[in-house]
Amino acid sequence: MQGVSLAVTGGLVWSYLLQQQAHAAPHAIRPPGAFDESDFNAKCIKCGQCVRDCPYDTLKLAPAGDTVAIGTPYFIPREVPCYMCEDIPCVKACPTGALDHSLENINDSRMGLAVIDIESCLSWIGLRCEICHRVCPVQNKAITVEHHPRKLSKHAMFVPLVHSDQCTGCGVCEKACPTEIAAIRVVQPELVQGKIGEHYRLGWKIDTPITQDFKVPKRKDGKSAPATGLDYLNQGEL
Amino acid sequence: MATDNNTVKLGPNGKPVRPFVMPSSFGGKLKVWRFIIYRRLVQLSTLLLFLGTAHWGWTIAGEPILTGNLSSSTLLGVIPLADPFAVLQIFLTQHVLEQEVIIGAVIVLSIYALLGGRVWCSWVCPINMVADLAAWLRRKLSIKDCFILTRHVRQTVLVLSLILSVITGVAAFEWVSPISMFHRELIFGIGMGWMAIFGVFIFDLFVLRDGWCGHLCPLGAFYGLLGKVAPIRILFDAPTCTHCGECVRVCPESKVLNFKKAAEAGMIVSGDCTNCGRCITVCPEDTLCFGLRWQNSGQSGTSNESSLKLESNHRRAV
Repeated sequence: MQGVSLAVTGGLVWSYLLQQQAHAAPHAIRPPGAFDESDFNAKCIKCGQCVRDCPYDTLKLAPAGDTVAIGTPYFIPREVPCYMCEDIPCVKACPTGALDHSLENINDSRMGLAVIDIESCLSWIGLRCEICHRVCPVQNKAITVEHHPRKLSKHAMFVPLVHSDQCTGCGVCEKACPTEIAAIRVVQPELVQGKIGEHYRLGWKIDTPITQDFKVPKRKDGKSAPATGLDYLNQGEL
Repeated sequence: MATDNNTVKLGPNGKPVRPFVMPSSFGGKLKVWRFIIYRRLVQLSTLLLFLGTAHWGWTIAGEPILTGNLSSSTLLGVIPLADPFAVLQIFLTQHVLEQEVIIGAVIVLSIYALLGGRVWCSWVCPINMVADLAAWLRRKLSIKDCFILTRHVRQTVLVLSLILSVITGVAAFEWVSPISMFHRELIFGIGMGWMAIFGVFIFDLFVLRDGWCGHLCPLGAFYGLLGKVAPIRILFDAPTCTHCGECVRVCPESKVLNFKKAAEAGMIVSGDCTNCGRCITVCPEDTLCFGLRWQNSGQSGTSNESSLKLESNHRRAV
């Protein structure tokens, strides 16, 4: 009986430690093809073969006591970004499939998402920089430079914008950013990305599907319901 | 035993009990130390192959020699190897694994099933060096155990790590294992892992003799299951044994040296035996030697008889 209770106590402490560790750093930037954090944590056997096969020494294996879950691979883009090898050696090296072996085009990988702090971005302040745009491996797709009107001046600003559908999160932009602390940084998309929800109809967009408009349900007594939406606006005119 | 100080102690086989004496010649000493030397060579060269491949790009015929670490690795760029216990835990988190790591686990499992299960513990595991150092110091400083712990605790830890893998969704032991931590950090950079190793060392030194490897480690318990069927065993030639007990004194798993069971089977049957070979080198009667499980099947009758005789002698002596 004592033995059993000891085992249960031990098990509880142990599982607490595991839970703590497994949620250590949801912000860690993982190698290409990594599944979402909980699946990745479960499948990674912590062997470091991806680390060894990375030709740029981008990847590190988190030692104990690091903020990243113990023994798992990650990288710090500001130090060494992912240079997006076409043959993706890190994914090939993964024996367990914690890095998705079905990833064939490195441009399809989503290691993170670059976000711009427009308060410290040189271009957004009004200087000409656009370094991130020029170094971006997904050229002119993940980062584009847009015109932006400037207050009290005829000259437009040229500001970088990141497109989440193209950005792989490789971090080459973060590495190249000339500000003291990078103004463009790779983060996990969940930390910054919102979602508008499916109930919004963007009517002015050509590819928005035409759906059934809202209808007032039928009255019990059979009388006609008040007209809704467009019907109301169009009453008497057509 | 009813023996006077002036008479020579007799073993149950009627022969005088001789203590183990360390040979004075260097060659003789080397012979006594031979298995420790072999074991350290195997442990260190395994480590060196990993380290060399990771840091100095060692290759053979253009292929990296041994990439990865003891959790999972690739030999010569083609042969996958993987820790079967780690793979079992990941499997229990209900995730589909790539073929490569499964093949690797089967290969390693077969190797240890042939060589004797816990041969991993004394011949490959890097923690063994830490544990042996602690055990040696402990003997030198004659430190007593703080408490007694049953060696079955490790089986509980084994079961617990499998259950927790299912519950928490991560490989429970892999996330806290000082073995993987030690090995990983030796190869991929030092972090706080040394604290876990230091913990094992202190525990083994001051708290409990062979505390980690002999009582707690679930990986050892896992390989111990394989040891029950492994062909390579330590054979026990019962008639020559004088019960001097030298082997039991050096054995880190002293329970496995049960003379009665060993005499019946003609070998060390327990899967907990790590095949370290310490007992072989200290035995003054050459009773013990490495051999194959089947080598003894022919003698089982005679060894049974001798064990009976041995028993009766024993009773007479008492």
